[in-house]
Amino acid sequence: MLKLEGVSKTYKVGAFARQDLAAVRDVSFELRPGEVVSLIGESGSGKSTIGRMILRLTSTTSGTITFGGKDIATLRRGALRDYYREAQGVFQDPFSTYNPVFKADRVLTMIRQSYFPDVGDADWRTRVREALAAVSLNPDLVLDKYPHQLSGGQLQRLLIARALLLDIKLLVADEVISMLDASTRIDVLNLLADLKERGLAVLFITHDLSLGNYLADQTVILRRGSIVERGATAEVFGDPTHPYTRTLLSSVPRLGERWTDTELEHGPCRYHQLHPDGTDPAGPALAAVGDDHFVACFALGEDRKCGQP
Amino acid sequence: MSEVDGSAPEPAAVPGVATVHGTGVRREALYFALRNRKLVGGLAVVVAFLLAAIVGPWFVTEDPLTYVGPPAAGPSGSYWLGTTTFGQDVWAQFLYGLRATFFVGSVAALIAGVIGMVVGFTAGYRGGLVDEVLNMITNVVLVLPVLAVLMIIAAYLEVRSIEVQAVIIGLFSWPWVARAVRAQTLSLRSREFVDLARLSGLPVRRIIFREIAPNMASYLFMVFILLFGGSVLFAATLDFIGLGPTDGISLGLMLNHAKQWSAMNLGLWWWFIPPGLGITVIVGSLYIMNVGLDEVFNPKLREM
Repeated sequence: MLKLEGVSKTYKVGAFARQDLAAVRDVSFELRPGEVVSLIGESGSGKSTIGRMILRLTSTTSGTITFGGKDIATLRRGALRDYYREAQGVFQDPFSTYNPVFKADRVLTMIRQSYFPDVGDADWRTRVREALAAVSLNPDLVLDKYPHQLSGGQLQRLLIARALLLDIKLLVADEVISMLDASTRIDVLNLLADLKERGLAVLFITHDLSLGNYLADQTVILRRGSIVERGATAEVFGDPTHPYTRTLLSSVPRLGERWTDTELEHGPCRYHQLHPDGTDPAGPALAAVGDDHFVACFALGEDRKCGQP
Repeated sequence: MSEVDGSAPEPAAVPGVATVHGTGVRREALYFALRNRKLVGGLAVVVAFLLAAIVGPWFVTEDPLTYVGPPAAGPSGSYWLGTTTFGQDVWAQFLYGLRATFFVGSVAALIAGVIGMVVGFTAGYRGGLVDEVLNMITNVVLVLPVLAVLMIIAAYLEVRSIEVQAVIIGLFSWPWVARAVRAQTLSLRSREFVDLARLSGLPVRRIIFREIAPNMASYLFMVFILLFGGSVLFAATLDFIGLGPTDGISLGLMLNHAKQWSAMNLGLWWWFIPPGLGITVIVGSLYIMNVGLDEVFNPKLREM
């Protein structure tokens, strides 16, 4: 349904924009209906940029993003509005997602103005109540309130309710739960699981490995803007192949275990084992190491070569 | 999903708290506005002058430039502010002059405010090439020596009315507004609620005026006050150096006439003190109002 092909984003930086900063490099993956893909990466790995590009809040430098077979970069006015009817996003910071000058339920009113101008008042109120019930919010407690009067969890769920009003097919959830405390967190996660049951595709952007693991069918690990490993969640978490993924997984704190800085032995580069002449830039970016498991070259930038087979 | 009925602390569930917040930002601003002595005092003075400017001219002679009384007479019962060297009624001139001053101030502020806001919002929101071009135009107008340009315009226009003066002042005083609005828009544009509005399929115009502008409403309000005061002063400057309207009367023109006919040397203080004092008091009150408004809109500046 949603397909990213060789998507890159380059920012011009420095005086007179002379330098290029690649935020996202040649990223390709696919999202099918009813599937949750978690996009995992450290700060600055470009995961939010990918989410913004999918929602067309940021333009792509190269590559194409297609939704239902249509290139989203070509959408204009009405077509773009129709795209947002099916694809929505929920952002990291619920407090800055609301305009502080207005009441919080204005985000719902905006949906009505844009997409349902013909729906009657009573009908609309029923729809709002249904959407709020779906995210376990009490309408009396959240409607007609200013954003600063609501908690982060309420605001976050109100945003999801807003997306539900639209009968969406794709939800980009950018760090939706990193701002929430543990008890609210699980509520939102379960809600996303419910939505998935209903056939919604979710792109779950996070830096938290355990949360990514909880929901996802597919996992994409990003490092400095490029994908290092990708595949079915069970494969990636069960048999991490790329040195970066292994380091990432070994650095997750565990209860009852002191963290030690052990050097992991990575062995030869799996990518170059499969593609011996693989420095060819036209070659595949990722090598298939399993049924549904792909890995990039083991090289971690300039400082560390991949130590070919 | 444990919090169906909001077991989490709910600010609005506390009686009393709800009434303060629920009534809204606007009513809170009004509450502090009415308690602010600078704002209320400044506003009272400006409104008094405005009323005098609107109503006053109906009670005096139709043409303030006609010769009605004895020449160079001091203030008296029949001529409250005395007369000029030619026997013109200074009080009548003052009232008509006030009217012109308010007219120039508001028209120029409106023109400059609208141009500045349109340019600033567009440049700040669109960014990229549009921003570069608009910013360049803004900077060019900003560094134009307005006085010199106006002298050239004055040389070309034989008959200058107060309306023309207002338009010219308006066309030259918008750049700082554009720059300030652009800067604010740039910072607000990257906030996530703007992204959310875009995701809601709102057109750009609506995002700017319904999402971004309300966040700087207090600032935009103050921009108009500052523009008004600035335009009044600028009009007075032009009038005084002889680049003012060639017909009609204004406070600046009164000063110009008084200077031309040596009112100072002849001791005709009633000719130049009222217009000078009028300009000073109006602009001064506006700036005091501005400080008061600043306190109303910015909680950190409020006197406790």
